[in-house]
Amino acid sequence: MSTINRNAIQQQVTIVGNKRVGAYHQILLNVGDLVKSCKPGNFIAIAVGGDSSRMVLRRAFAISRVSDNSQYGGTMELIVAPHGSGSKWLCAQAEGVDLDIVAPLGTSFGIPTEPINALLIGGGYGSAPLFGLADVLKTRGCKVDMLLGASVGSKIYAPMEGKRSVNSLRIYTEDGSMGETGRVTESLLQIIEQRAIDVIYSCGPMAMLAAITALVSETDVIHQCAVEEAMACGIGICMTCVLPVTNSDGTTSMLRSCIDGPVMDGSYVRWDLVGKVPEVQQ
Amino acid sequence: MTIPVDLSTTLGNAWFPTPIFTASGCASSGKELAQFFPLKDIGAVVTKSVMTKPRHGRPTPRMAETPSGMLNSIGLQGPGIDSFLANDVPWLLEQKARVIVSIAGETIEEYSTLARKLRSVSGLSAVEVNISCPNVENRGLVFACDPDASRRVIDGVRKTIGGELPIIAKLSPDVTDLAAIAKGVVDAGADALALINTVLGMVINLDTMKPHLGGKTGGLSGPAIRPVAVRAIYQVHAALPNIPILGMGGVASGRDALELILAGASGVSVGTASFGNPTALITIQKELRDLLAARGFATMQQAIGFAHREETP
Repeated sequence: MSTINRNAIQQQVTIVGNKRVGAYHQILLNVGDLVKSCKPGNFIAIAVGGDSSRMVLRRAFAISRVSDNSQYGGTMELIVAPHGSGSKWLCAQAEGVDLDIVAPLGTSFGIPTEPINALLIGGGYGSAPLFGLADVLKTRGCKVDMLLGASVGSKIYAPMEGKRSVNSLRIYTEDGSMGETGRVTESLLQIIEQRAIDVIYSCGPMAMLAAITALVSETDVIHQCAVEEAMACGIGICMTCVLPVTNSDGTTSMLRSCIDGPVMDGSYVRWDLVGKVPEVQQ
Repeated sequence: MTIPVDLSTTLGNAWFPTPIFTASGCASSGKELAQFFPLKDIGAVVTKSVMTKPRHGRPTPRMAETPSGMLNSIGLQGPGIDSFLANDVPWLLEQKARVIVSIAGETIEEYSTLARKLRSVSGLSAVEVNISCPNVENRGLVFACDPDASRRVIDGVRKTIGGELPIIAKLSPDVTDLAAIAKGVVDAGADALALINTVLGMVINLDTMKPHLGGKTGGLSGPAIRPVAVRAIYQVHAALPNIPILGMGGVASGRDALELILAGASGVSVGTASFGNPTALITIQKELRDLLAARGFATMQQAIGFAHREETP
């Protein structure tokens, strides 16, 4: 059984930027030296609503990217979709507001030691952590291709500066309002073959992650995906965010996506059992 | 300058330097919270209720946030008592934490089996007998809703464990006459009572128009249930003034902890607040000390049940 991210700390940080980007908010936090321990794939848990809030639980967000040489020192970028009451509250906070955060949490994307051909696949705002990952992969000499998908064009998150860190970018929307019409899985196997992809890194809705896993199951491609499950604590104590994952002995365990994830090897996740309970193995 | 307040407390023959504990099921086995503060700095770690065998628990979704609270539907996922005693307990004792092991069974015999396994473990402070987990397949198995079944579970544990380890019976507020059930388990050998377990609830998802949780029902926790906890502790302390109570239910500040103590709690477990704030226990402990000092209490124990005192003109 794995343990909580050893670098996780609780800290008060200040919002130094909050701007709307399409359907999302790009929020910049001054986190100081914390950036040194953040890796692509890690997430952050933020207390929302202020002291008298009726929202008692933190909200978890993927860390989009960190920078230790901005004008504020160490900064962390989050891409937040104002969906629920907690994320709406966060998106409404102005520069200068202090937040109570716990970070970095969870596992990170495995970075290859050799230059490889990487394919990064993002669904909706799930693309956010992939741009930070792309930067790291590029410094390791990897070839980085990216596929982004969403239901509509306004839900594609692809910042200009982010596009510079990838060799190619293909966009898919279900309504055809941006890029090609369809889903990221549309011609995935052809892309894998044409570009000799070694590793897929993905982040987005669970159905997308499951579909990618199924498509690559007959190939040699490694699929590292960042999963998404409802969390109450983000630090491994509430046991709500569990996923069925295959162990080395073939049995299945309900693992916490906040501790053993969010980044997991897609081939080990029992996608067929998500939302169910595995049979008891004695 | 404030006078230092003695925060120490006892449950049966177990002594604790402070009355602020984790709540079972809200701290796993302590390792994760240890990232944020030394576990020896709080009164005790009450571990997640453990059963005889490893258990997967209930399907997801397992949680829903509610106004000032949350529903959970974990269903006692855990490693089983053997793995727990081999791995988790030794680690906790190494941290110099005081450890209260919470046990849960599907049958009266299972509780006795678990108690037998604990008897050979040295260094434990107490055992919490969780007879009130709401997240079981069959509501008929919530022993704490049945006075006779509650008594028989505690009687079995008492006969197995003898007099060395204090037995804390964890009760449900979802009953008609809580004081009667409390008296029953005390007569059967409980040294202390834990009040309250979560309150049975449900959330319906408006997209699917079906119960949101995989297990349909869940246990409501958080500040939303605090008045229920205060009432339950007050009633039981009035009925059984000499039986120590480990109070819990929505405590998120020192003020809340003091409220439970005034109602009659000798110790206070903090559960859901740790989900929102990993250092909640430490903050609550400090605030409680200040609040007691401001009210002129030299010891925490003087404040236990203070809300029950006769008004003297």
